[in-house]
Amino acid sequence: MPLSDSFFGQKFGITEHDLESYLSEALGAGGDYADLYFEYLATSQLSIDESIVKSAVQGVSLGVGVRVIWGERTGYAYSDDLSPEKIRKAARVAACIASGPSKVDKTGFVEARRRDLYPVVTAPNETSLADRVELVKRADLAARAADRRVFQVQASYADSLCHVLIATSDGVLSTDRQPLARLGVAVLAREGAGVSQRGYSGGGGRVGLEFFETEHTPEHFAREAVRQAIVQLDAVPAPAGEMTVVLGPGWPGVLLHEAVGHGLEADFNRKKVSAFSGRIGQLVASPLCTVVDDGTIRNRRGSLNVDDEGAPTQENVLIDKGVLRGYLYDKLSSRLLHSKTTGSGRRESYQHIPMPRMTNTFMLAGDSDPEEIIRSTPRGLYCANFGGGQVDITSGNFVFSASESYLIEDGHITRPVRGAMLTGNGPEALKYVSMVGHDLKLDEGIGICGKEGQSVPVGVGIPTVKIDRMTVGGTGG
Amino acid sequence: MIEPELASQAVRTALERGATDAECTLAEGEEFSAQVRMRALETLKDAGSRRAGLRVLIGQRVGSAHTSDLSHAGISQMVESALAVAAISTEDPYAGLPESSELGSLTGDLRLYSDDIHKFDTAARIQAAMDAEEAALAWDPRITNSEGASFSAYAGGRVFANSRGFAGSYRMSSCSLSATPVARQGDSMERDYWYSLARSHSHLDSPANVGQRAAERTVRRLGARKVPTQKAPVIFDPITARSLLGNIFEAVEGDGIYRKASFLEGKLGERVASENVTVIDDGGLAGLFGTSPFDDEGVPSRRTVVIDRGVLRSYLLNTYTARKLGMRSTGNAARGVTGNAGVGHGNFFLEKGQRPPEEIIRGIRRGLYVTELIGHGVNIVTGDYSRGAAGLWIENGEFAYPVSEITIAATLQQMLMDVEAAGSDLEFRGSVASPTLLIREMTISGQ
Repeated sequence: MPLSDSFFGQKFGITEHDLESYLSEALGAGGDYADLYFEYLATSQLSIDESIVKSAVQGVSLGVGVRVIWGERTGYAYSDDLSPEKIRKAARVAACIASGPSKVDKTGFVEARRRDLYPVVTAPNETSLADRVELVKRADLAARAADRRVFQVQASYADSLCHVLIATSDGVLSTDRQPLARLGVAVLAREGAGVSQRGYSGGGGRVGLEFFETEHTPEHFAREAVRQAIVQLDAVPAPAGEMTVVLGPGWPGVLLHEAVGHGLEADFNRKKVSAFSGRIGQLVASPLCTVVDDGTIRNRRGSLNVDDEGAPTQENVLIDKGVLRGYLYDKLSSRLLHSKTTGSGRRESYQHIPMPRMTNTFMLAGDSDPEEIIRSTPRGLYCANFGGGQVDITSGNFVFSASESYLIEDGHITRPVRGAMLTGNGPEALKYVSMVGHDLKLDEGIGICGKEGQSVPVGVGIPTVKIDRMTVGGTGG
Repeated sequence: MIEPELASQAVRTALERGATDAECTLAEGEEFSAQVRMRALETLKDAGSRRAGLRVLIGQRVGSAHTSDLSHAGISQMVESALAVAAISTEDPYAGLPESSELGSLTGDLRLYSDDIHKFDTAARIQAAMDAEEAALAWDPRITNSEGASFSAYAGGRVFANSRGFAGSYRMSSCSLSATPVARQGDSMERDYWYSLARSHSHLDSPANVGQRAAERTVRRLGARKVPTQKAPVIFDPITARSLLGNIFEAVEGDGIYRKASFLEGKLGERVASENVTVIDDGGLAGLFGTSPFDDEGVPSRRTVVIDRGVLRSYLLNTYTARKLGMRSTGNAARGVTGNAGVGHGNFFLEKGQRPPEEIIRGIRRGLYVTELIGHGVNIVTGDYSRGAAGLWIENGEFAYPVSEITIAATLQQMLMDVEAAGSDLEFRGSVASPTLLIREMTISGQ
């Protein structure tokens, strides 16, 4: 698509000549590379609470970020005003990082090969508000009808439509239209005067509103949230100490995100501050484990046609049969480490500098029957769902909290437990994987990853996996 | 600074187009940051942005919108957008602005803005970060690497106006200096950090102190081991105790209370903590980070005693949660620039006790001194508490060796009752603060 037909060409009259002149301004004081990231973001959020649609918000945000790279140095500035004077001013501020003649040979722009991983004709943000508010109303009704012990229901729906234009001094010109939607239901349930328990379920992706019509209906998420809360009513305190842990399929893949993924982001490895630094080719997991990061899965929350530096996303093998194969690179780290970008440069908005990030991170399916995995475990913990996790990438230590877990006793899943926290060390934890199920499942599409103050949507996934040894933190015996 | 009149104009426009009430927030900010790593400049960022947000009521229906376009057309579009979403919301009998009599602003100089943050040029700011990193690298031969050091400065302003006649604005500034060294010993690699944060450049700690403190904190983690699973006393240092205060805030803020989603719901007037626990929220302390002349609904900031020597005295409320509970706003409304206000805190802190932290540590025969908490294992509904931890093991009143890859667990109810001592070392390094805290016993999971 010619620039003149693109969103920014149409709405703001931006031409290739303009982009070239802004890039020249950015490289006016020298530098190896410069890029421009234009972003127009329209968002809406609707929520129902106590069966009342209490909050409805719409917003628009517009801006451009200008970056100049000179060796290991980055200069960055942005403007929320797209007038040529303001963009030039931002370019001059970013240019302050460099000095001396620019090493960039201007060659004009080559438009990236186009593909469409999210062929959504009408983005959720472009549908009527009445249709979208119906989703939270249905979720509220379904959750209240599901069980008499439910006493609080909050359902929220959020969508965004992001138009980006990325122009770089190495000749990339990319545009993309990125829809995103998410529906979530949170409930509280209580039996008589007992302790209240929370349940949460949600899903979405880079999808149209029709996504919520089949399978991923408001009723589906509502019933799932209620189920999780009700299960917790009978939960006993989590055990404490080292034991066998079995992860259920889907969202528990967040373990890979924390234990492995962050430690393989190339910025940490360039600085040699990751527990995985210098370990390419080494065994860092059981040979049963193959872990990939794939930004090209259709309609997934973590997917992108091009990353936020204009490079196409791709499938990156991180761990192949237990052996560490590669890192996730953005442009800066690939330049400095003499590698190629893996399409992993992402940023929260035009106000942020890109860095290497994950997209959809998951473990490939193995051969084991999930039921056999449980039967083979005399005593342990089965984790069906998780809350959040966190990792210290330098020591490699990570934790994550289980929001739904059960004791495994004599090869059977028995009592639900509450408050379980798993902790381990990234390069060590996956060495204890002894069985991998054939039931790979990706999560429902609610993940948000935070790094250095920047949040981006991501996906995770995993089949049923047995880890022979892991520390569980709880208060029980 | 943005023209404050713009907010009142947006409110008037909303009323002209059919809103029965409206409130508008304008925010602007300029950020600067310089990051250095291994003695070289790595990143410079310098930019500013502005934002407007509007919330309208049509009767008891509410709608909100926000925009980065502060032109006449942008504001007009924002008004239309807010009115459009109000039309699809549901009547909420409790929705509304504060009463006129509740609106107001603290007077006097709250020292939120200082011109001196502009005093230093880019070169001096880069040098401050360089000096902090150098101090860390020079401190100990085991500091072999660095994730860098940074200097950042911020200046911004906030304007708020509503249809009940409130119009107010204030400016804020801040600057910070931080260092994150990496230490290595054999196979063990650890990082930690230290920082200084102030509203005025003159109150910022020196680069040498920031770097040295960061280095000390990093080196002392080297060679960490797990400890056996057991129950033992746990001391939270002031940094990790802050996160515990954050949990207490979540348990007393009005949203969780009226939803019955807090373990402290229905406990006003009851003993919920030991005698050693007095928790205060004070939005009026000059020069601090939780300070503002008025909250995000135009209600004056104030001092509220939340827990008095163990007895729960007050929740923290905005207008909406106060109405739901049949109470009065405590001036704790908080929001970005738009949407229904949530509940935030001013300077939220636990009052200091008598004993210096060294003395508290000396009194422990065997226990854990926590310097880092990770993960999200706190459930405010049930009070269940389980977090990843790192720190130092105490034997006979002295630090014996570092520990990591463990978790600590209990319930918040029990932890509050078990606060055996609050140290004398209360220091405000942000809007939440706590002295060192000693908890009688928690479950530590390790080997």
